[in-house]
Amino acid sequence: MTLKEVPIGGICNVLRLNGSGAVKRRIMDMGITKGVEIKVVKIAPLGDPLEVNVRGYDLSLRMDEADKIDVELA
Amino acid sequence: MEIKIALAGNPNCGKTTLFNELTGSTQYVGNWPGVTVEKKDGRLKGHKDVIIQDLPGIYSLSPYTLEEKVSRRYLVQDRPDVILNIIDGTNIERNLYLTTQLIEVGIPVVVAINMMDLVRKNKDQIDFEKLSKELGAPIYQISALKGEGCIEAAEAAMEVALAHKRGHAEVEEHPHVFMGSVEHSLAHIEESIAGMVPDESLRWYAIKVFERDKEILDELKLPADLAKHLDEHVQDCEREMDDDAESIITNQRYEYITRIVDLSVVKNAPKHSLTLSDRIDQVVTNRILALPIFVAIMTLMYYISVTTIGGWATDWVNDVFFGEIVTDAATGFMESIAAPDWLSGLVVDGIIGGVGTVLGFVPQILLIFFFMSLLEDSGYMARVAFIMDRIFRRFGLSGKSFIPILIGTGCGVPAVMAARTIESPRDRRMTIMLSTFIPCSAKTVIIGMITAIFFPDSVFMAPAMYFLGIAVIVLSGIAFKKTSFFAGEPAPFVMELPAYHIPALKGVLIHMWERARGFIIKAGTIIFTVCVIIWFLQTFNFSLEVVEDVENSMLAYFGNMFAWIFAPIGLGDWKNTVAVISAFMAKEQAIGTLAVLQGVADPDNDVAVMAGISAMFTPIAAFSYMILNLFDPPCLVAMATIYREMDSKKWAYLAIGYQIFLGYAMAFVCYNLGSWAFYGAAFGITQIISCVLIALALYFICRPAAPYEKETLASHQA
Repeated sequence: MTLKEVPIGGICNVLRLNGSGAVKRRIMDMGITKGVEIKVVKIAPLGDPLEVNVRGYDLSLRMDEADKIDVELA
Repeated sequence: MEIKIALAGNPNCGKTTLFNELTGSTQYVGNWPGVTVEKKDGRLKGHKDVIIQDLPGIYSLSPYTLEEKVSRRYLVQDRPDVILNIIDGTNIERNLYLTTQLIEVGIPVVVAINMMDLVRKNKDQIDFEKLSKELGAPIYQISALKGEGCIEAAEAAMEVALAHKRGHAEVEEHPHVFMGSVEHSLAHIEESIAGMVPDESLRWYAIKVFERDKEILDELKLPADLAKHLDEHVQDCEREMDDDAESIITNQRYEYITRIVDLSVVKNAPKHSLTLSDRIDQVVTNRILALPIFVAIMTLMYYISVTTIGGWATDWVNDVFFGEIVTDAATGFMESIAAPDWLSGLVVDGIIGGVGTVLGFVPQILLIFFFMSLLEDSGYMARVAFIMDRIFRRFGLSGKSFIPILIGTGCGVPAVMAARTIESPRDRRMTIMLSTFIPCSAKTVIIGMITAIFFPDSVFMAPAMYFLGIAVIVLSGIAFKKTSFFAGEPAPFVMELPAYHIPALKGVLIHMWERARGFIIKAGTIIFTVCVIIWFLQTFNFSLEVVEDVENSMLAYFGNMFAWIFAPIGLGDWKNTVAVISAFMAKEQAIGTLAVLQGVADPDNDVAVMAGISAMFTPIAAFSYMILNLFDPPCLVAMATIYREMDSKKWAYLAIGYQIFLGYAMAFVCYNLGSWAFYGAAFGITQIISCVLIALALYFICRPAAPYEKETLASHQA
């Protein structure tokens, strides 16, 4: 499954990041790397983007970007 | 001996507060060469020969964002003597990611862990000694907000720099960030490129070569066979780890950080637990409450800075300060020195009248920027982007574009400046081009006046113009996104939602002043010049004699010269032309010029002005005049601001050209089709052109998007 499919409040571990270039690098620079634990905090009022908690801080990313992150539920 | 300290750190780590604390009033704010990224420097309090250079807030030294590129170029090429790296103590893990990269550059690094007051409050335990030993860099504890330890940390950085300059610093070993075959490859690359790059930056260059960093590879110009040989090593690693080189480096960096953080930091609160910020967000970005709260905050901000306090202050500055106090003083002075009439006319009507009108906006602009800084520094601005992103992405913008457009309802100048907070150059440019289409306070006056005179029964006219403005923004956005200029995948929206902070008043005030200052300087230069020129042209004829009747002035002559341009939109009379041109300089003049040209003695007498104006236009020409003024560039100051913020001639001309074209085309269509539909004009050539223009607009909005390459390096280069 991808991060996009994790329910609100769900905690998951990152298996793999798809995509390439600037977007992938940006996501990884922000701390979403292989093995890291992510909690999905909420979805914005209009359904996109997503708020997650990773490495002790809150990060927002769009569904399209979340869809590039393969995860498994913890 | 002069010493340069570079301040580096993540956004929201308290860097600006620390910078203000360290430099006091010696700041100099400008732009980095060639880009609109703010460049700030100042001198360390009590040390005249120590320059503090504030780098943009960044998360990494990747080659993808403007801020990161600016920072790494500065570090690698200008080589400051020491880097003072500020780390948010409440979020050490992600902040250290940048630290590991800074250390590799080879400039001595001193780490200042900020927000120690919060760390203590959270009862988190940090083993500074262990952390410092692991990183190979000295660590100081500070609280920039409370002013604790700041000067000490800066002085320590200064000492480190001095020791290095004298050449008796201990050589620190690089921390062991990378493992296994990666380290092996890096060592190999180091060996191969040694001698081509400065010794102290060898590790930095080796890692960049490993990452295939385009900028660095272009700079090094490695011989083809060496480049190929090195790349084979990198490919071996990639195969072994089943990932691309960039990701391998990033992964290992974070793995290393996780290891040292586990050794040295014990958080009191369990993982993913709710912080105070999270609790605030449960309300502020709540599914149901988020939008009402947002609307309430924006309304309040607008209400205070435009409608009430700011509006009152502006009225006072215009009517009392410039209208009475300064004018009376200047008139009195002119009389006392028995100045000729033309001189006192120039000073009182030309300069004080013109520049005064513009400076009248200063209170509003100060207040708008005050609230903007407040929202930004508190962390709410990121939430605005979070809430609004969904809507704005639809037409090629991001959530952050909302703020400039909202500010545009007050004044286009701060609106264009507010686009600075948008990182993606593409989004920023589009926001700059579009945010002045929303009617600003000066345009609102035009709407009000024209509606009152020509369409007194229409209650919908004013709101309709706002909706038209919004429609133009949305439709232009959709059309732009399909052109090759703006085509591409939406810029990534991977954004930190920083913890809420109570903003430091001093920082907010400094921030506000920095932004407002540019506006005041512009008013004092450009507007001043234009006012003098207009005044000159309308006062004299070509023999440089003062004219009794404005019809004989140079202004009338030039008006007649350009009248043909505006004839197709119903404004062919020279007075209309002059009104259009002077409104082009400043929309505040749109009504005033009409009044002056009608010879209305007292421009404040609304009844007389209205009677004068109603004699000048047919209703459809008045409507055309209004539409033209709503959509052509708002004023000279706004155009100058667009020019400065675009930081590119091409983009500035494109933006201003588009606005001029759109304003004229819309007025053309409205005037010609309106005359035909409502006033019995024949369906002729101009009506056909109008239909063609509408068809063209529909084509640009509805056609398929231009093809674009997938997100690449190039699309992120400014």
